[in-house]
Amino acid sequence: MEEARLVQRARQGDFGAFEQLVTRTESKIYGLLLRLVGNPEDARELLQETYLSAYRNLDRFQGNAAFSTWVYRIATNHALMRFRKKNPETVGLDEIPVPTHEEIRERGVSDWDLDPKEAVLQKEIRGLLNRAILDLPPLYRAVVVLRDVEGLSTAETAQALEITEGAVKTRLHRARLFLREALSPHFEDARDDRQGMR
Amino acid sequence: MTRKLSCREILDNLSAYVDAELDPSLCEEIEAHMQGCNPCVAFLNTLKKTVVLVRYSGEPEQVPQEVHIDLHRFLRDRCKDDGPGKES
Ligand SMILES: [Zn+2]
Repeated sequence: MEEARLVQRARQGDFGAFEQLVTRTESKIYGLLLRLVGNPEDARELLQETYLSAYRNLDRFQGNAAFSTWVYRIATNHALMRFRKKNPETVGLDEIPVPTHEEIRERGVSDWDLDPKEAVLQKEIRGLLNRAILDLPPLYRAVVVLRDVEGLSTAETAQALEITEGAVKTRLHRARLFLREALSPHFEDARDDRQGMR
Repeated sequence: MTRKLSCREILDNLSAYVDAELDPSLCEEIEAHMQGCNPCVAFLNTLKKTVVLVRYSGEPEQVPQEVHIDLHRFLRDRCKDDGPGKES
């Protein structure tokens, strides 16, 4: 059955239709939550909270976006709320340690001798990446996961996180610089061919 | 083009450049800069590789069977009686 039809029936109280919507989207949402919180136990609980909240708010779903996009938003909100409870001071953190232009210039830049699509097949490298992503403050992590892992647009990410598109872009850039920095020591060319920036 | 961009300005705009979110004129300036600046080329390459690594970092997650079962049981228990759209 078409998604819009399922939503309509779920709204009219057809619980089976709602369950079908859940089944269609739960893997995606679980994957998102796992990346946001980093552990299966929390992801499992948040998954339940997310869909309960989706059910209770079904009348607010506009139907102009995909059901899954709407649930993404709920899931991200619940994950961020949990971070706020646990660790209020780190959620909104404005500054994250990224190298300044001066530092990069002094150190020099060298290319990485790897094919990223092949590299991610290695368990060790995936572990490295996931740790680096989890080292980001939650709001930065949410931006990078929604944009670069889940492939949401800047506008969709801004909506999901209730921040401006400008803030999405700034945070995404800083998060990528942070991740690049975390990965650099592992991937830099063995050959000593660093080149200084001007 | 009135002046040359510095490496710092390139660096600040590199994510937007990778995402094709910049004005064409600024893109052209960045590309012109890249012609003569190997460190910026290396930085761009490694930033692009970072983005690709992140994109493919997660295995496609299939929700585990017991999580699926738990979720549906939880929802049946909690939702059945109150009906949809009733924020409590
Ligand atoms: Zn340069």
